[in-house]
Amino acid sequence: MSNTTASTSDQVININNLSLTFQTSDGPVFALSDIDLDITRGDFVSFIGPSGCGKTTLLRVIADLEKATEGNISVNGVTPEQARAQRAYGYVFQAASLYPWRTIAKNVALPLEIMGLSSAERKKRVAHNLELVNLAGFEKKYPWQLSGGMQQRASIARALAVEPDLLLMDEPFGALDEIVRDHLNEQLLALWAKTNKTVVFVTHSIPEAVYLSTRIVVMSPRPGQIHDIIESDLPKDRTLDIRETPEFLALANRVRDGLRAGHSYDEDE
Amino acid sequence: MTKMNSKRGFRYSFVPVMVVLCVIVVFWYLAAVFLNLPWQRDIYERAGNTEYSVTELVSGTLSQERPVLPSPHQVAQEVYKTTVEKKITSKRSLIFHSGVTLSSALLGFALGTVLGIVLAVAIVYNRALNKSLMPWVIASQTIPILAVAPMIIVVLNAIGIQGLLPKAFISMYLSFFPVVVGMVKGLNSPEVSHSDLMRTYNASAAQTFWKLRLPTSLPYLFTSMKVAVAIAMVGAIVAELPTGAVAGLGARLLAGSYYGQTIQIWSALVMASLLAALLVVIIGWIGTLVNRRMGMSPHG
Repeated sequence: MSNTTASTSDQVININNLSLTFQTSDGPVFALSDIDLDITRGDFVSFIGPSGCGKTTLLRVIADLEKATEGNISVNGVTPEQARAQRAYGYVFQAASLYPWRTIAKNVALPLEIMGLSSAERKKRVAHNLELVNLAGFEKKYPWQLSGGMQQRASIARALAVEPDLLLMDEPFGALDEIVRDHLNEQLLALWAKTNKTVVFVTHSIPEAVYLSTRIVVMSPRPGQIHDIIESDLPKDRTLDIRETPEFLALANRVRDGLRAGHSYDEDE
Repeated sequence: MTKMNSKRGFRYSFVPVMVVLCVIVVFWYLAAVFLNLPWQRDIYERAGNTEYSVTELVSGTLSQERPVLPSPHQVAQEVYKTTVEKKITSKRSLIFHSGVTLSSALLGFALGTVLGIVLAVAIVYNRALNKSLMPWVIASQTIPILAVAPMIIVVLNAIGIQGLLPKAFISMYLSFFPVVVGMVKGLNSPEVSHSDLMRTYNASAAQTFWKLRLPTSLPYLFTSMKVAVAIAMVGAIVAELPTGAVAGLGARLLAGSYYGQTIQIWSALVMASLLAALLVVIIGWIGTLVNRRMGMSPHG
């Protein structure tokens, strides 16, 4: 369950009145408009919405990969830029984005080399995190020797190796088939329960969002904005079977309605 | 490699290579007959020989002492004579002359590669240099090397630099260009997510260079080095022409043209292209080796 006493010190991300406008040759593109969102420590928050709704952009703003043009955002109580400098988060991209010339162990060690950790510490963290994603024994393999699902697990291990309290994941399982995705969702949930990290997760799959999240942020496009924030009261300890329960289906329906309403806004124009 | 692979390799690379080679040799023979025909007729006429068969005429065109276009077997014989049968120390040994040209070509290639990499790094990391340096890099290659080569050699000679270095300098002048272009492209080629990853780690520019941009650029480097090594050979040969060099493949070309020794010219040409091809193959081989050491997929 999400935290019952959410004091301000428990807030990992504070977003107030945030907007982002890209200036293009075709005129301005309103990628994000008037976003207000607080994310509490230990939350699993999903951004869901059709493409172009700004969900990835919002994640990139939190990661300081994009700059907001208006409004305020703080990550761990500081600006996103300062948070990035403190290596406050681990980022998982849509593609595994492993460096093809590095072995799996070396890929996981990459952020640790950049942080200047000793080789003993690096070894320890690489072994621990590969164990965590069930990739022990694949240290010496190169990315191309692994399946897509295993590559994505390696990239999660790489993000975890930094030992961040905050995990930002941009459609990490979007390119994988249904069965692998289910399996990884289960593993991710177990990992989240074990490590008690805050996770911000971008997806366009309703079952994935409902299954994983404590809160679901439904977004709508043009301009990218938050349409609805749905609190999930599903127990924290869930298995894939929960997707058959009426509570799950009710939540999924609410998300679907939210997505549909976001779209009809588009048609009203 | 498995047996299956080598068999397929045979069918897919050996056979087409041999077919192309045969076509080239056939065309060469036809061209030799055609181009040498007028002179052969002349010879027969002057000797008062009007009763010659077509076979005689053709075999005559292929065995002239100073043909317009020597036949492949004449060139092959000359190459064999001047490599296998001559001592390496002999002034007539083609291996001796190849060695002279090769040493300046390789020195120039090495210098050119280093210069190319340094310039590419400067251009990639400095917007002002990209604007100010790149036009000069391109302009340097629009000037015909035959025009520049004598001046470079005269200028360097005036400040006391002689021998291997001026020739190597001209090789460098030609070979740095593909390396600059290839490396600028290579250093800018990391995927967006790979660069974003470095940003999320708050990596310094130096860390991003060593851990991402340089490894990403290596395949581009080896591709451009293949071009660079071939034109380094051209540069070394061209550099030997205006100096009236006494040694080197360029000197052989020059001497051959003074005395109308077309067979000697062609054997030097063939030797030069064989050497260049060998160098390209070696660089490609090193590139494959480095790629494999870096764990790249063998499927490309």
